[in-house]
Amino acid sequence: MCRLALKTASEPFSPFTVLQAMEAMQEGYDGSGLGLLLRGLQFTDYSYKPGDPVFSGIAHTEDALFRLHAFMQNRGFGLKYDHEYEVNFSKIEAKDRHKYILRVYNKPVAWANLSEEEVEYQMMLIRLALRKDGDDHGGDLTVFSFWPDVAMIKEVGWPLGVGEALGLDSHRIKSRICMAQGRQNTNWGINLYACHPFFIQGIATMTNGENTAFIPIKDWLTGKGFPAYVGYQSDSEVFAHILHYVVKQLKLPLEAYKHIITPLKSEELKVHPQGDFLLGLRDACRRLIIDGPNAVIGTLPDETCLLVMDAKKMRPATIGGKPGEWAIASEMCGVDAMIPDRDQSLDFQPMRQHTVIVPPDRQEFKIWSQFDQFHLPQAA
Amino acid sequence: MVSIRSIPSTPSSLTPGDLPWIIEHREDRCTLCGRCTAVCPVYAIKLTYMRQRMPRLVLTSNERGSAFRTFVGIRQKTEIANKCIGCGTCAMVCPNSAIRPVANPMADRFRFQSTVGGEPVKRGGRRNDPAPGLLDKIIFNRISMLTDPALDAGRHEFFLNTLLGRVLSPEEYIRRKMAGEWIPPVREIFPFIIGSMSFGALSPNMWLGLLQGVAYCNEVLGIPVVMATGEGGCPPWVLKSPFLKYIILQIASGYFGWDEIIRAIPDMQCDPAAIEIKYGQGAKPGDGGLLMWFKVSKLIARLRGVPEGVDLPSPPVHQTLYSIEESVMKMIQTMSMAWNFRVPVYPKISGSNSAKSVLNNLVRNPYASGLLIDGIDGGTGAAYNVSMDTMGHPIASNVRDCYLDLCAQGKQNEIPIFAAGGVGKTGNVTQNGMALIMLGASGVHMGKYMMQAAAGCLGSEQNRCNVCNIGICPKGITSQNPKLYRRLDPDQVAQRVVDTFMAIRTEMKKIMAPLGRSQSLPIGMSDAIGISDESAANRLNIKYVC
Repeated sequence: MCRLALKTASEPFSPFTVLQAMEAMQEGYDGSGLGLLLRGLQFTDYSYKPGDPVFSGIAHTEDALFRLHAFMQNRGFGLKYDHEYEVNFSKIEAKDRHKYILRVYNKPVAWANLSEEEVEYQMMLIRLALRKDGDDHGGDLTVFSFWPDVAMIKEVGWPLGVGEALGLDSHRIKSRICMAQGRQNTNWGINLYACHPFFIQGIATMTNGENTAFIPIKDWLTGKGFPAYVGYQSDSEVFAHILHYVVKQLKLPLEAYKHIITPLKSEELKVHPQGDFLLGLRDACRRLIIDGPNAVIGTLPDETCLLVMDAKKMRPATIGGKPGEWAIASEMCGVDAMIPDRDQSLDFQPMRQHTVIVPPDRQEFKIWSQFDQFHLPQAA
Repeated sequence: MVSIRSIPSTPSSLTPGDLPWIIEHREDRCTLCGRCTAVCPVYAIKLTYMRQRMPRLVLTSNERGSAFRTFVGIRQKTEIANKCIGCGTCAMVCPNSAIRPVANPMADRFRFQSTVGGEPVKRGGRRNDPAPGLLDKIIFNRISMLTDPALDAGRHEFFLNTLLGRVLSPEEYIRRKMAGEWIPPVREIFPFIIGSMSFGALSPNMWLGLLQGVAYCNEVLGIPVVMATGEGGCPPWVLKSPFLKYIILQIASGYFGWDEIIRAIPDMQCDPAAIEIKYGQGAKPGDGGLLMWFKVSKLIARLRGVPEGVDLPSPPVHQTLYSIEESVMKMIQTMSMAWNFRVPVYPKISGSNSAKSVLNNLVRNPYASGLLIDGIDGGTGAAYNVSMDTMGHPIASNVRDCYLDLCAQGKQNEIPIFAAGGVGKTGNVTQNGMALIMLGASGVHMGKYMMQAAAGCLGSEQNRCNVCNIGICPKGITSQNPKLYRRLDPDQVAQRVVDTFMAIRTEMKKIMAPLGRSQSLPIGMSDAIGISDESAANRLNIKYVC
């Protein structure tokens, strides 16, 4: 089973502390892999300028690294910083890793006139083009993310072991948010793209449990024709894409995500203050209803964090912490390991109707219930 | 040359052994009560005087060696019109189990003589193919166990309903909602629907029983079952009743019954569930409805606005039909307008290679609310045997093709596809229906199955009974003759309707729970199904399992 840990803090911290929390939850997973997403980056040897896109991936050959370099150069990206992981390759299970890439670029001059939305779209296309380039060359380039302030690492092996192999224990990278997942390839072949967290245009989610409604959801998302609704090496990838669809495409508030993946029953909607709108929304987004059992943990570009459950609530997850520092984990011991000095009595496990939201100021987390009204900009 | 008349053997002379069904009668048990001959719908058996030789020992020369006794016995008629249909009503009424029809194990000779009079065989029922269909071979094999826990069919809460109606894309829905524009009507219904059977085809008692059962399912059990009328309208008291909301009114090429419906609109207490425009039917593609004169009783004549006792063949196409675009636009829009765009309107077509073209047309029509495709195994009250047995398209691949086509366009949530034609043909109604749903149907219609389950229809794909067309249904299901339909108690039919839907509901849960699905109907969940026929698996784009 997957184990999930997320920590968000106003003060940047080393991802290694989250890996130690993963270790606390070790009984629950097979240690087959690690997926890390860092947001709100801070490097000890480089002063990162917010807004600069960061590329994360793995080059499996020198040729792939060269192609990446040429690709970025041809499109006018200037390399500002190339993070060198202190890798101990002998501790890495896989033998075809040439270089773990974390590079900060300058945006091309030509993008200066583009709107924010257009820039985001272009960054997404760059990521997809590089991923395709790797796929076209026998998978010699694995691409995780290309987005400002986001770094990702995915690797096969025991999470703490991977962290040590990559030298994360030297604490040279820190971040305000760290999402970590110990992967189990439940029913898919070993494939780094099948590893959580999943990333699309700054939005990331990770999930435990299997998504039984995967195929109909995948079919529907694929049919939207949006270039980044591809991949699906894991059934959990659709959770990230649904969140993206709700927030970026439909431009609905974050609260609507819960209404789309686990809508209320007809009789509950009949007495809901926004029942009329929500009933129609449920019908229109019917193919995006998840059937669990899943707990979905996500983060947004503005550093908002969220936690939701499927309607049957058959997967655990807990949030706990203190102002300025919150942890979400699939096991309580994970929360304990990340933030031991908190008031445990304030820990919260969401019920089927809840969305837990940690806003960017991190002063407190919000428990929003589906039965409550939420703000819709112009509608209903 | 002049033929010899003394030997009664014409080309069409048959013996009981030449007929599809042979009456097996045990004289030793028969008490000659005459009930069997009284109930036989085709008068296939007759009480007749017969003579039997009584041999005895003769001691004196002036007496004859044999005596004869005359007795009354039962014999099977061999005339074409009276051939036994195998319904078994005789066996049902016999107090002593002295009589029953037995299927002729040999190829009968009757089939070569059935056209006597120059008229091809017409009948009711389904395609005479008793083999289990493809749907029966589909199994559900994505079982939740450890990676995700199986659900408890008895204790978890399940959402089994489907949507009937045009669903907008999320973007368009939000846009229209914000702009205060029209949102197409959508009904939340149970995915197993009682398929169109007209008020003329069914007896008043059958119709009443179905409606009572449907109302109970909705109002007491909370199962939102709807039923479709078929062509021929609806009794005025139903049109003006609150039960209309459970009814899908059908308009077909004969427009029978629509005078009454249009006149009743101002008095309607509620809107009908939907309007179905029939362009085709799986059992007899390319044919219109066919209500034969036997069944055009006074009541039916009044509802349909025709004289009594005349054949009512509907044309194969709507007279207004010029092209698909025009037809779809004109009819769907007109019917929508009649209820002020509050009622979903969808076409029904027979399964066909061209179903995808129809579907793609509907996708572009903002008022089209769905598509019902009726496959070759669909039933009917009356059709030519050749149409029923050989015309049409099996439903599974037709529905699958259409669904995948919608997926490619990202429209699978917008136009629901409903499937019909042989659902529950071998009794596996829930399995058949769920297989179609996982292939991409939003729901299924079942007509014949409801007659069999709710009213004990005797028809089978061995060509048993199948005389719905001439109004002599021995169970009173498809007859307009009060002597026959009074055999059917509407309350008992209603009870069986309720039994059937309760059982389907439980079986749906028993299928969905192990698949780990409970929050929504698993439409298009093709990863959950498999079949041990490799070609079928390839054709349907599902897993081949062995």
